[in-house]
Amino acid sequence: MRFSEELEARFARLASQYPWKRSALIPMLLYAQDEVGYITDEVVSDIAHRLELSELDVRNVISYYSLLRTKPAGKYVVQVCTNISCLLLGADELFEHCKHRLGVGHTQVTPDGRFSLEEVECIGACSWAPAIQVNYDFHLDVTPEKMDKVLDQYATKAQA
Amino acid sequence: MADVNITVDGKKVSAPAGTLLIEACKSAGIEVPAFCYYPGLSVQGACRMCLVRIEKMPKLQTACTVPVAEGMVVTTNSEEIVQARKATVEILLGNHPLDCPVCDAGGECELQDMTFRYGAAESKYMEAKQHREEQQWSPVVYFDRPRCILCYRCVRVCGEGMDVWALGVQNRGVTSIIAPNKQDHLECEECGMCIDICPVGALTSGAYRYKTRPWEMNHVGTICTHCGDGCKTTLGVRRSKGGMEIVRGDNRDKSGINGDFLCIKGRYGFDFSHHEDRLTQPLVRQDGKLTPVSWEQALAHVADRLKQVRDAQGGSAIGVIGSNRTTNEENYLLQKFARSVLGTNNIDHHRTADYPAFAKAIAGKQNATATLRETMTAPAVLLIGNDPTEQHPLLAWNLRTNHRVHNGRLYIVNSREIKLRRQARAFAHVPEAGGESAMVRYLAGEENYASQIETAGFNRDAMRSFRDAVKAEQGLVIIFGSELRGDDVQALVRFGAGIGAKFVCLGDYANSRGAADMGLYPDLLPGYTDLARGSGFAQEYGSVPQQPGMDIVSMFAAAQSGRLGALYVVGSNPVARYNIDPAALKNTFVVVQDMFLTETATTAEVVLPAANAYEKSGSFTNTFGDLQLLKKAGDLAGVRSDFELIVRIADRMGADIRKLVPFGKGVRADMGQSRGAQSGEADRHMVWLSAHNLEPKLSPFDPEALLDEIERLVPGYNFSRLKLFAGHEAHTFAPEHSSVGQPSAPETIVPANDTLFTSGTLGRYSNAMNSVIENRRAPEEIPAD
Repeated sequence: MRFSEELEARFARLASQYPWKRSALIPMLLYAQDEVGYITDEVVSDIAHRLELSELDVRNVISYYSLLRTKPAGKYVVQVCTNISCLLLGADELFEHCKHRLGVGHTQVTPDGRFSLEEVECIGACSWAPAIQVNYDFHLDVTPEKMDKVLDQYATKAQA
Repeated sequence: MADVNITVDGKKVSAPAGTLLIEACKSAGIEVPAFCYYPGLSVQGACRMCLVRIEKMPKLQTACTVPVAEGMVVTTNSEEIVQARKATVEILLGNHPLDCPVCDAGGECELQDMTFRYGAAESKYMEAKQHREEQQWSPVVYFDRPRCILCYRCVRVCGEGMDVWALGVQNRGVTSIIAPNKQDHLECEECGMCIDICPVGALTSGAYRYKTRPWEMNHVGTICTHCGDGCKTTLGVRRSKGGMEIVRGDNRDKSGINGDFLCIKGRYGFDFSHHEDRLTQPLVRQDGKLTPVSWEQALAHVADRLKQVRDAQGGSAIGVIGSNRTTNEENYLLQKFARSVLGTNNIDHHRTADYPAFAKAIAGKQNATATLRETMTAPAVLLIGNDPTEQHPLLAWNLRTNHRVHNGRLYIVNSREIKLRRQARAFAHVPEAGGESAMVRYLAGEENYASQIETAGFNRDAMRSFRDAVKAEQGLVIIFGSELRGDDVQALVRFGAGIGAKFVCLGDYANSRGAADMGLYPDLLPGYTDLARGSGFAQEYGSVPQQPGMDIVSMFAAAQSGRLGALYVVGSNPVARYNIDPAALKNTFVVVQDMFLTETATTAEVVLPAANAYEKSGSFTNTFGDLQLLKKAGDLAGVRSDFELIVRIADRMGADIRKLVPFGKGVRADMGQSRGAQSGEADRHMVWLSAHNLEPKLSPFDPEALLDEIERLVPGYNFSRLKLFAGHEAHTFAPEHSSVGQPSAPETIVPANDTLFTSGTLGRYSNAMNSVIENRRAPEEIPAD
C-alpha cells in the first residue's frame, strides 16, 4: 500500500537508521497507525514486507503493546491515567465521569466516532495528577469540570 | 575447548568450557528438571524450573542459562530448591486445568510428572482460570490454550529447527498465547514437531488425540517406509479386530539416526496400513473378474503358470519387477528366485537414482560414502540438485542443524530456488534442464561449460568464487540428486575425490538403495556385481544366466510384442509409473503382490495381498548406505509378507527351499505355535523366538537367515552385527566394492518427485496426508530469509 509522501519519506529514513531492519518495526507501526487510524491487515502485510518479516512476527509485536490498535478508534482517544498518583487525586471519579459523559466504557468508541475512552497506566505526569492524554496532548490537574471543557473543545474541533 | 571442573552435589564433574550447567549435570547423571530448556534449541529461560544453588551467587540460578565455570560448586537438590520448584509448579498450575484424566497427554506429561514429584497440586490462587475454547489449526494440529505453560519449545523448534517460523507468541504476561501464522490456522510443513515437543497437552495431533493411552499400546521402533532417509519411527500399536492397529508414530526416545525428528510421513503417514481398500484376500481372475480365492488356490495357480511359462518358453520369457519398499532380504530373495528358480536376468525395479553409475564411479575407493549422521557434523556440504526439504526431510533437518549448531558451510547448486538456500553460504542458481550437470562439469574444470550456466544472477565471478570456495573445503560431503546421471556422476566423483570428499547419491524411496544394492538389475548381481564377475553367486545359486536381461522398459515392449509370457510384480506399480497401456499386458500372465488394487494390479491375473514394511521384520538400507533393522509393529489378518510369498511360490514350483533360504542350520528348537495368536506367520514366529532367547533362522520364512547370506556374499555388506542388532544403523559400502561393467541405461530412471505430502501409492491411501493436501491453498513463494 501507499502511504502519504511524508510518511513514505519517513519510512525510508527509518529503514536506514538501524543495523537490523526489524528494529524499525515499532516506530513504523506507530506512524502508520497515526495516519490510517489503526493497524489494518493491509498495514500489517505491508510493513512485514518492507521489513522482511513474517506477518506473524508483526502481529506478535502489535499484540504486546496496548498503544498499537488493530481496531478503529475515535478521532480523539481519551486516555485517563488511573495509576497511583492520579488515583489518589481522584482519577477513578474522573474516569467514571468520562464514562458517563461519553456514554462508553474502556476501549469503546462513541457512536459518532469522535471519541474513544481508555483507562491507562502511568503516563508520566504524576506531578500534575490527575492527568489525561488526548491523542498526543496532555491535560493536567484535571477535575470533572475541567474535563467537560476539554471534551467540549475537542467536540467542537471534531465538528470543524 | 578446555574442560572445566565443577562440583555438583558433591560429585566432581568436568565438561567443556561453554557447556550449560544443566547439560553438565545431565552428563553426570544428575537430572535438573526443566520445561523450556530443550537440547539443540536456543536458550529461553522462561519456566524457572531448573533453579539450582550455586555457591557465591546471591540467588538461585537457572541451570539452563549458566555456562559452567572453573571451580563452580552447585547444589541441585535441597529443601530450598524443592520449595522453589514447587512454587514454580504452583504458578504454572495457576491457569492450567487440573483434569489430567481427560487430557490427551495424561500419563506422558512433564507437568504431571513434576506435580507428582514436587506437589503443589492444590492451588492457593483464587483467581478465575482464563478459559479459551480449543482450536484446530490444521488437519493434524490442535491447540488447547489453557493447558499451555508457555515454554516456547514449539515456537523455537518450528522456527530454528524447521526454519518454518509458523508459530509466535501474542499478547503478554498472563494473557500470552501461542499463535499460528495465519491468525486462526497454520500453514506449515505439518511435521508435528511442535506437538511432540510440547511438554503438556496443549498441542495435540489430529491423528492420535483421544484414541488411546500410552500405556495401552505397545511401542515398536522400526524404520519409516516413506523416503530414502530411513528415520526410526516408534509406532504405538494396539489390538484391533483385524490384528494390530498402528495408532501413532513418534520418536520421543530419540533413538535412531533421526533423534527426535520426524516429518509428517513418519509421524502420521502410517494410516495407509489400515485403509479400507487394503487387500486381505488373494484374487484370481475368473471370467474376466478378480475374484477372492483361497491361498492354496492362488499360490498353486501362480506356481503352475510360472512353471509352465519357464518350461515352455524359457526363463527369458519371464519378467520380474521388484520394489523400492520391500526389505533387503525380500529384494535379495526375489533376484535369487528370478535367477536361480525362474532362470532369468529379466529383473528390474522402478529406478529413482543412478546408483550403478555412482557405484562405477566410486568403485575401489575406500570409505568414500558419507553416512546420514555425517551430514549433521560435516564441516562443509555441497548439495547438487534435489530439494531435501520436500524429498529428504531428515537430510534437510540435518543440514539446517549443521548450519545452526556446528557452523557447517552449505553450498547449493540447483535450478530451483529451494528453501535450503536460506542456510547456504553460496547458492548457484543454475538454469533449468541440465544446469546441475553443466555446473558439475564446470566444477571439474571444464571451462567451456561456463556459458551454459551463466545467468544474470550467477555471473562468471560468482561461478569462480563458488568453485574456489568448494575446492578449498576440507572434509566436504557431496550430495547429489537424480539430476545427475551417467557421465555426470563420473565427472563429479573425479572432482570430489581430488579434494577428499565423501559422496551421497539421493534415491527416493525407503529402500531404493537396498533394491539397487541387492541386485534388482538385469545386468547386475547384488553389490553391483557385473554378471561376468558373479562366479561367487553362480556357485551358491547353482546357476545364473550369463546374458543381461531386459530392463523395465524392454519388458513392457516384449509384452507388447507377445514375447513376455509372465510378469511377476512385487510391491510396484510400473503401469502407472511408466505410463504403460494396460492392453500391452493382455497376452502376459501377470502376478502382482501389493497392498492395494493399483493400476498394475488391475491388469493382473493373480493378486496376492502383501504386508507392508510396518508389518514385517527385515532390513532397509537408506540412500546413504546405512543399514537398519525393521521390527514388526502392525498386523493385519489375511496378508502375508512378500518374503513368505516368494518362498511359497518357489516351493510350489519344486525349488529346493533350503538352497533358496539357508534356514535351519544348527540348532533345532521349538517352531512356534501352530494355532492361536502366534500361528502362521514367520515374522510373529521370529518375534516369539527372540523373546525366548532362541536362535532364530529356523523357518524358511525367516528373513534373518538371508541376512547371513547377504553379509557373506554381497560385497560391502560386512557390517557390524553388534551395532545392527543393538538397534543402531550400520554403514555399508556396496558402491565402493562394486564391479559395474557397462553403465546401464539412465533413461529408465524416473524420479518420484514426491513432496512433503505425497508418497507414491502409500500417499494415495494415507488419509492424514491427503487431508493436509486438501486443506492447503496454493503454495506461496519461499522468501529468501
